[in-house]
Amino acid sequence: MSEVIHADHHDDHDHGPDKGLARWLFTTNHKDIGTLYLWFSFSMFLIGGVMALIIRTELFEPGLQFVNPEFFNQMTTNHGLIMVFGAIMPAFVGLANWLVPMQVGAPDMALPRMNNLSFWILPFAFGIMISTLFMEGGGPNFGWTFYAPLSTTYAPDSVTFFIFAVHMMGASSIMGSINIIATILNMRAPGMTLMKMPLFIWTWLITAYLLLAVMPVLAGAVTMMLFDIHFDTSFFNAAGGGDPVMFQHIFWFFGHPEVYIMILPAFGIVSHIIPAFARKSLFGYDSMVYAVASIAFLSFIVWAHHMFTVGMPLAGQLFFMYSTMLIAVPTGVKVFNWVATMWKGSMTFETPMLFAIAFVVLFTIGGFSGLMLAITPADYQYHDTYFVVAHFHYVLVPGALFSIIAAVYFWFPKWTGRMYDETLGKLHFWLSFIGVNITFFPQHFSGLAGMPRRIPDYALQFADFNMLSSIGAFIFGFSQVFFLYVIIHGIRSGKAATARPWEGARGLEWTLPSPAPYHSFTHPPKFSEEEAHS
Amino acid sequence: MKQKIKYTGALASLLVTGMVWADELNMPVGVTDISRQVYDLHMTIFTVCCIIGAGVFGVMFWSIVQHRRSIGAEAASFHESTRLEIAWTIVPTLILIAMAVPATQVLIAMYDTGGEDMTVEVRGYQWKWQYKYLDDDYNRTFGFFSNLATPQDEIYNRSNKGEFYLLDVDKPLRIPANRKVRFLITAEDVIHAWWVPDFGIKRDAVPGMINELWTIVEKPGVYRGQCTELCGKDHGFMPVVVEVMEEEAFDAWYAEEVVRETERMANLSKTFTEEELMAEGEQVYNTFCASCHQVNGQGVPPVFPSLIGTPVVSGPRDEHISLVLDGVPGSAMQAFGKQLDAAQVAAVVHYERHSWGNKSDDITQPRDVIAIQEAGQE
Amino acid sequence: MSEQPTNGMTSAQRAGVKKTLRQAVLIVLGMCAFVVALVPLYDLFCEITGLNGKTGGPYTFDPATTSADKTRLVKVNFITNTNQGMTWQFWPEKGAVRVHPGELREVNFYVKNTTDKVMVGQAIPSLVPVKAAAFFHKTECFCFNQQVLQPGEEMAMPMRFIVGRELPKNVQSINLSYALFDVTESMAHLAVTGGE
Repeated sequence: MSEVIHADHHDDHDHGPDKGLARWLFTTNHKDIGTLYLWFSFSMFLIGGVMALIIRTELFEPGLQFVNPEFFNQMTTNHGLIMVFGAIMPAFVGLANWLVPMQVGAPDMALPRMNNLSFWILPFAFGIMISTLFMEGGGPNFGWTFYAPLSTTYAPDSVTFFIFAVHMMGASSIMGSINIIATILNMRAPGMTLMKMPLFIWTWLITAYLLLAVMPVLAGAVTMMLFDIHFDTSFFNAAGGGDPVMFQHIFWFFGHPEVYIMILPAFGIVSHIIPAFARKSLFGYDSMVYAVASIAFLSFIVWAHHMFTVGMPLAGQLFFMYSTMLIAVPTGVKVFNWVATMWKGSMTFETPMLFAIAFVVLFTIGGFSGLMLAITPADYQYHDTYFVVAHFHYVLVPGALFSIIAAVYFWFPKWTGRMYDETLGKLHFWLSFIGVNITFFPQHFSGLAGMPRRIPDYALQFADFNMLSSIGAFIFGFSQVFFLYVIIHGIRSGKAATARPWEGARGLEWTLPSPAPYHSFTHPPKFSEEEAHS
Repeated sequence: MKQKIKYTGALASLLVTGMVWADELNMPVGVTDISRQVYDLHMTIFTVCCIIGAGVFGVMFWSIVQHRRSIGAEAASFHESTRLEIAWTIVPTLILIAMAVPATQVLIAMYDTGGEDMTVEVRGYQWKWQYKYLDDDYNRTFGFFSNLATPQDEIYNRSNKGEFYLLDVDKPLRIPANRKVRFLITAEDVIHAWWVPDFGIKRDAVPGMINELWTIVEKPGVYRGQCTELCGKDHGFMPVVVEVMEEEAFDAWYAEEVVRETERMANLSKTFTEEELMAEGEQVYNTFCASCHQVNGQGVPPVFPSLIGTPVVSGPRDEHISLVLDGVPGSAMQAFGKQLDAAQVAAVVHYERHSWGNKSDDITQPRDVIAIQEAGQE
Repeated sequence: MSEQPTNGMTSAQRAGVKKTLRQAVLIVLGMCAFVVALVPLYDLFCEITGLNGKTGGPYTFDPATTSADKTRLVKVNFITNTNQGMTWQFWPEKGAVRVHPGELREVNFYVKNTTDKVMVGQAIPSLVPVKAAAFFHKTECFCFNQQVLQPGEEMAMPMRFIVGRELPKNVQSINLSYALFDVTESMAHLAVTGGE
């Protein structure tokens, strides 16, 4: 994103960025930090992707060919951790850094120095985590959910470093969230009331509060692990009167809101892109906001649906089944609203729109399998099989990830002042779309047929589906490297972009020139109804 | 119009093909009343999802085709409708309530664990299952381990894979058909999960805690499942195999097994020939030791040491026995004293000391192992 | 970082940001406190609901006010296990007993230290069905304490219990499991560090 450096548009009283490495190390500029977040998350995405490909290579055929089971477990664990905490979450924070000040009409984030700190913690956290793979005894091998006692009494020695890394990520997330909340609540342009905020802002505001609420819970869980491992406490150790099941309750009390942390901003992004390319206002703005708020609330009372097989009293099972089914209602409202937005629009299908439409379809499929998983008796059959793997990959890959990619294409002209190549973008879309479906759709079937997750080798009846899945994974992996090419090609030689490259796009960010000036709005802009989304 | 009919026809034929395939691709119907109810629930919710999906995606694709700018569609300006919002909040809620009713009924039926005819304790170990048939008279309680029977050669692609690759055990759990069997599920070390898809039951095995499950299987046969909770290195290699027997056959086997249990205890004082020891030892070795130390004894140094010419196999025999009995704390070498009886330990120690070019001049008998066990107690 | 990045904020905005910051920090601290409170809350919740089959602590029993319900018989199964490589032998006197609700019964459990070391064991109870856990009372149980056994020592440990008369009618049998853990090492640690 070197273009930002050369963008020569400074106001008279404004200073430009420093030169060289110092600019990136000491920057307090929201765009620089957003750029850092995005590149960081992309590199984590590639590392996590390589791990996924190692997994899929081993699973290409039955038998143990390439890696041993021990290393396989390290791969599944680190793939999960890196994709969740290193790729998806920082990418959303990066988008928030770029977009929140521009969309609310602020010059920068409210707490710019903390912003710098919250980013620069991350490379160290992940450096520590990835380095555990090279330690004696290997890295974390207990799954990204790190259930005790596999992650305590039976863990490799490197678990202490893992705990430390999780603490750092948590601190980074909390700081990032505080910054976003402070910016949104205090720095909006005059006239932008809460119910006139763009949906990306709304979804991020709610997400940030979710993060504030659950990151301390995660920190608490890993701290208890640390004490169990090193200080002879027995939080999760049955021998000392502790309870391994309590770990799962605490983990999923964090974990379920965490799942929505990874999807709510995606809802926001799609709610910008679909109206822009349908050339029609978002249908049901108010209900969209209420739906997000109710999903966020419900996320706190459904956690034990991840633990239906752990053995709970009947009343508990029923409560969590009902509350989980209830989530389908606000989620459905969102999907219906997007479809109604497209209805009787004047649609064109540029790359961001293609990704957004694929998001709606494939996320809904992931939602359907989620609804099936909510039915407790049926969940006993689905639990911990590839059906679950298919489910959460459908909501996270063509869900969260597609929304991030859509956002990158959508705001790319604003960030760089150049247009990406539409043909290349569409090619990237179709490769990704086909790859993701070949990878994950067959996993529904192998799961129903009885294939457990997290196994390095499988019985012969699962062979065809796994081979298909592995082929899809390589197509998908390749298409993301191609994405990198499309982006670099766009930055280097894309055509110059106008201030509002998408005629249907609304929002304050489009009133700025492309590329956006180093400091977004040095004077508060007037927020007119024209740019409102409702 | 004609085109529409053609599409409908194509869709219908696709559905039919889908149904033919469905058997292989779908959840098993299973062999218990509960598993059938679960299957019905699964199909109901799946159908509901398909219908809603067809509706939503149908409208969406209609819109994509008809409301595109390239065919001159003009954007309308509507952007809200309270009536619609209320409708699509209430209708899904009603569908969900309709769905929750049968789901609740099945769940309540699953929780009815009383009135059992027999109880089996299922215990997860890293990485095998142990089954114990509980009896009111503790002396008649017996149990055994159920280990993966797939040879290492098949796993490492050195020989062709058998029909039940990774789903075969040396000794399956046996239960009678048409009787209510209650399972008490627990674990020795980490959390495992016991699952037999055809019975429609799955439960976590948590150390220090018991969970219960029950089943009444109508059809005798062999049913296979796997551990479904990540439990470490060999999580993928601890299958669940249940052989459901006709009631009379089961009773006969059960009585025999109780007798054999008493005989096994007596066996420990027997003296075996070298051939017997080698044969038994090879079997024990391949089941318990070969996954780490490899079939050829070379191990995978430095994690899993070699057993060829190393101090353990050529040094003092009693230390070798103690090592097998007590394991090496802080390493992958488990204490086998609990799961192997003295005869098996004697055989495997003898086998290790006389295989792969190892030439020890001692013969290990069960009494040698018992002597060491008892010495530990003094 | 040579100058204070003010970002052109008005003083009202700066005050607002400060306020938001305070609130956010309060939320984080509140959630931290919540996690700490979660552990005792969870235990309490388990004891009330019988979740995870946890049975309560010592129970005081007054034979004068409680009479046995001779119309019902409940079967109590005993399951004994040694966990995590614990090498002791551990077995119950009987596999199962039948009791009337309200009746006090005693059953012996046996442990034997088969090693040549002094060891400490701790038995952890678990009971299913969980809805019966709240009605299963123990007046005396070896699981309330740790057991220290000399090398080769064998010991009989009594467990006295009453099944409450209020036990739901549809519960005909109760399974009580004891998992015996080796806690020698953690005890040694505590002794060295002077813990507890």
